[in-house]
Amino acid sequence: MLRRLHSLPGLFAALLIAALALTGAFLAFDSIVDRSGSTIPATGQVSVAAIAEAVQARHAELERIVRTASGTVIAYYFEADLPGAELVDPLTGQAIGPHEPSNLTRTVTNLHRSFLMGDAGRVAAGLGAAAMLLLCVSGAMLLAARLGGWAAILRPSRGSLSQRLHCELGRFAVIGLTLSALTGCWMSLATFGVLPDGAAAEVAALVPPSGAVRLPPGQLAALQAVDLSALRELTFPYGDDLTDTYTLTTAQGIAHVDAATGQVLDFTPNGLARQVHETIVMLHTGRGVWPLALLLGLAALTAPVLAGAGGVIWWRRRAALPKIWQNVGAQSADTIILVGSEGNSTWGFAVTLHAALTKAGHRVHAAPMNSLAPRYAQAKRFLILTATYGDGDAPDSAKLFLQRLERASGALPVAVLGFGDRSFPKFCGFAEQVAEALRVKGWPVLLDTWQVDRQSAQTFADWGKLLGEAIGTKLELAHVAARPKTTALELSGRVEYGAESQTPTAILSFAPPAAGGFWQRRRLPRFEAGDLVGILVPGSDLPRFYSLASASTDGVLEICVRKQAGGLCSGFLHELPLGGRVEAFIRPNPAFRPSRGKAPVILIGAGTGIGPLAGFIRHNARHRPMHLYWGGRHPGSDFLYGPQLHQYVDDGRLARLNTAFSRVPGGGYVQDRLAADAPALRDLVQHGAQVLVCGGRDMAGGVARAFEAILQPLGIDLATLKSEGRYREDVY
Amino acid sequence: MNKIVATFGLAATLAFPAMAFAPPAEARSVTLTTQLRPYGGNGAYLAIYLVDAQGRFHSTLRVAGGKAKYYTHLSAWARGRTSETARIDGITGASVGSGQTLRVTVDIADALIDAGYQIRVDTAVEDGRDNPGEITAPLTTAANGRPVSGRGYVASFKFDM
Repeated sequence: MLRRLHSLPGLFAALLIAALALTGAFLAFDSIVDRSGSTIPATGQVSVAAIAEAVQARHAELERIVRTASGTVIAYYFEADLPGAELVDPLTGQAIGPHEPSNLTRTVTNLHRSFLMGDAGRVAAGLGAAAMLLLCVSGAMLLAARLGGWAAILRPSRGSLSQRLHCELGRFAVIGLTLSALTGCWMSLATFGVLPDGAAAEVAALVPPSGAVRLPPGQLAALQAVDLSALRELTFPYGDDLTDTYTLTTAQGIAHVDAATGQVLDFTPNGLARQVHETIVMLHTGRGVWPLALLLGLAALTAPVLAGAGGVIWWRRRAALPKIWQNVGAQSADTIILVGSEGNSTWGFAVTLHAALTKAGHRVHAAPMNSLAPRYAQAKRFLILTATYGDGDAPDSAKLFLQRLERASGALPVAVLGFGDRSFPKFCGFAEQVAEALRVKGWPVLLDTWQVDRQSAQTFADWGKLLGEAIGTKLELAHVAARPKTTALELSGRVEYGAESQTPTAILSFAPPAAGGFWQRRRLPRFEAGDLVGILVPGSDLPRFYSLASASTDGVLEICVRKQAGGLCSGFLHELPLGGRVEAFIRPNPAFRPSRGKAPVILIGAGTGIGPLAGFIRHNARHRPMHLYWGGRHPGSDFLYGPQLHQYVDDGRLARLNTAFSRVPGGGYVQDRLAADAPALRDLVQHGAQVLVCGGRDMAGGVARAFEAILQPLGIDLATLKSEGRYREDVY
Repeated sequence: MNKIVATFGLAATLAFPAMAFAPPAEARSVTLTTQLRPYGGNGAYLAIYLVDAQGRFHSTLRVAGGKAKYYTHLSAWARGRTSETARIDGITGASVGSGQTLRVTVDIADALIDAGYQIRVDTAVEDGRDNPGEITAPLTTAANGRPVSGRGYVASFKFDM
């Protein structure tokens, strides 16, 4: 809901806001340039009388002296019946030169106010400001939710480039943009008279002046009493009309001053509405307060980038969501399907289920688990399909589910179906967790929790039969896994290791196929070290994922593959000849990569887990301190990337290389090496280090235990480090 | 309304009390043509109004510029019309752009013509100058069609009866 509140105004008003922001930034910097060009006398240094006297000496027929918000003083006069305007030195009252208002500034101001389209444009600009206010507030709330609460709002953001850009820039600019939007809304409403601006609608009736012969302005007491810094405008009496007066406008109000006696005839103080309005205008323009103008200008400059990055995020999220035909609204559906999915494969099953139930005449609503609503008006049953991420954790689209379940009212019959891979120890761990949480909340069980191993269509169909019996509908769930869109890649290099220790391992490099017509794409898909590549073995639609050891900018796609006993994909890859082809696709894994900044990075891996870690080190061009802990079997047989790692130490990309070999006398595992280095690691963590762990599940468990012990004296636990994004695992 | 009252007053001084119950006196269509200089700023606000022989405000003929909060810049007119009760919604139009011409036709009671009344024009432009009483043209048959120029934004002003 909050996300929609953010993306809808964002999409509709993106261009409007970008135009308002760019013109606004121009005006902000224009006012800074304006300010830097004018000298501002200290308070008490120059009086209005002194300036008036000096200017009057040059121009007999002086009409008005104006001091702008930026401190520039302008005199308007007639010279030989021709109107003139000149810039006045605020210190001496001497002429600096003619006042020629910039046409560019005027045009940009009008663009900013009304897009040069009169009142219709003014309404559009006002709506743009309102949309921006909505975006600022909802964006700040989304950011807080994403980073784990308002207290965590300054934590480093994670995600794809556009997400990080959107988060970081948004965080930097949100205060300035909110201020601009809020004051902009106010000014727009004031323009149309909805809010008062306090301007006197009519000039107050005058107390008649004495009508005696005028004194020079320098001798008028009322003008001597006002400091130049308080002046807004001084209008001189007209021609020889002795019944006319000076009109003095200051920050406090409007006074009429007798030109002969120098006494104030009447004074109309600014009402509260006027003061509020002037403050709002000052906050909006930053005129006269150049640091504010700078803040507003810089914030405004980010708005077009925010709009662009936000559009990309929205498009990607939309493209990633499966298309569901006839998805019924949450409040009118009788059956609610909730999906917890990390990639999108579980969504595929949900789509099949949705179609079958819809065909059977049900009104079905499918949504991510994170979208669990507090109540559903017409729902009769819940079907929860969820994968498990990592070690029994919630997948991406279900991270908020348990939290939201706490707030949900009503208890409806529910069936949970878990998806996973039986070879992992916590197979369907999250599905079990969800089922348990629902049981505790007292939700009746519609069907016992089932587990689908490796996307088995057969298990799914069997579950569907049971579900059909339970709800009195005949259901046939014929699920055909959607084959991911793949790119053909050619094996271009292979370095083999581990033959001696019976653990055949290879670093495989792939390149786009060299042959083929010129119309074929010869580029690699885009990826970074740490992303995953899914490889489809011929004859199978079930991809196997490997962590990438290279980025697409390296020109090759590099992975480390250990040959598993009976492993279909690893066997296929190990036997692939040079020039042999595979079908592959990229799955971004933005969570697993070094966060930005200069803080140290502790890289921990074993065996083929070195792949992405080596990739991170290779791309460490800025030489931030990276400490690698890696475990293998024997330095002579499986020291993956051995020569390269030594070279990285020499050229500074790797601060320290720590290895542990288990098959050498006195050797051990990588977690032993960590324990031995505990003081140094504690020191790194205290300096804000981020820990990235890549490798097998057993090793990751051992490393986590070792780290718990290392962190204990610091009073930090691993969960805290994880929640701050400073302990990340890529485990297989 | 004011015109009627004024007419009534004038009629009363001429000792024709019966006029008070007669329909309003004859009025004449007068075309006011105001051509602005190419001053190159935002649209100008104009107030075209009548003052009597003593220079006292009589009535508003035409206002150019829609936002009432800027009327203080048409200061002579704004000051004068504090006593005017007639609404000006119907005789208010858009502001007049740099170099543009405003041509409007208004009804002016015959009794006001050649009776010492003057047409005045106040002008103002945002971030520019305010010109109260930039134009003063006597509302006489002799001045009919004769252009007058101002010192501010008005290149020429004339009225045709």
